[in-house]
Amino acid sequence: MVHPLDTILLIAALICAVWSLVLLMLSRPVGKRWLLGALLLIELALLVQAVLGVVQLATTHRHVSGVTFVGYLIGSLLILPAAAWWAITEKSRWGVGVLLVGCLVIPVIIVRMNQVWSGV
Amino acid sequence: MSDPGLREATRSGPGRVLIAVYAVFALAATARSAVQIATKFSDAPLAYVLSAVAAVVYIVATVCFTRGSRTSRQVATVSCTVELIGVLAVGTASVLAPSAFPDQTVWSVYGDGYGFIPVVLPILGLLWIRRSAKVPVQV
Repeated sequence: MVHPLDTILLIAALICAVWSLVLLMLSRPVGKRWLLGALLLIELALLVQAVLGVVQLATTHRHVSGVTFVGYLIGSLLILPAAAWWAITEKSRWGVGVLLVGCLVIPVIIVRMNQVWSGV
Repeated sequence: MSDPGLREATRSGPGRVLIAVYAVFALAATARSAVQIATKFSDAPLAYVLSAVAAVVYIVATVCFTRGSRTSRQVATVSCTVELIGVLAVGTASVLAPSAFPDQTVWSVYGDGYGFIPVVLPILGLLWIRRSAKVPVQV
């Protein structure tokens, strides 16, 4: 898989998850813009990972479940934009709760993607 | 009858997060069951049909909570109840007769493959329908 980018992405998403949780518990959306900026960077890195992933899939000689692998790559790109849209349109503090959910989904997808890549 | 207050009460606040989680499960269960049914249906037909049923239940809940009309709240009440019965029935069956489930479903062992969120989600959904009916809308 795309090392070490996937590890960096996994850690970055978890940091943003903790950040979202703190904002949720502070009950005021302080620094929400910075959080959204960080999520934009993660999204761009996910895009790079998706491109690299498809290239790797096309060039590998091992048998990898291609449909599932590409499915996870595409899925990984949908989560954060959808979460950001659903969070921005919420006025209350629960908007960052949506970002928290989105941030927690990214590591799950990355772990599953690695399992698919290694044939688990 | 559309009721903007009830709609907002349903899809705002904690309901916002609930819908987000339901949407994630709708996407995950739909994609998973589509791949399973398309590529290896004969391996474990029962498990894959149950995955598809779960996917439908999650889609219905996501759409109904997002719409938040009186009717869709009633549909959500039914679908959350079906979801709870489904996860308890499939969970219990998969523990008692694991051989009937050669491959995982979303609801196997009460959703242990998904951090047990599948067994908690319908309970939260039903509680949220009750609670959002009472809370006056804050503007």
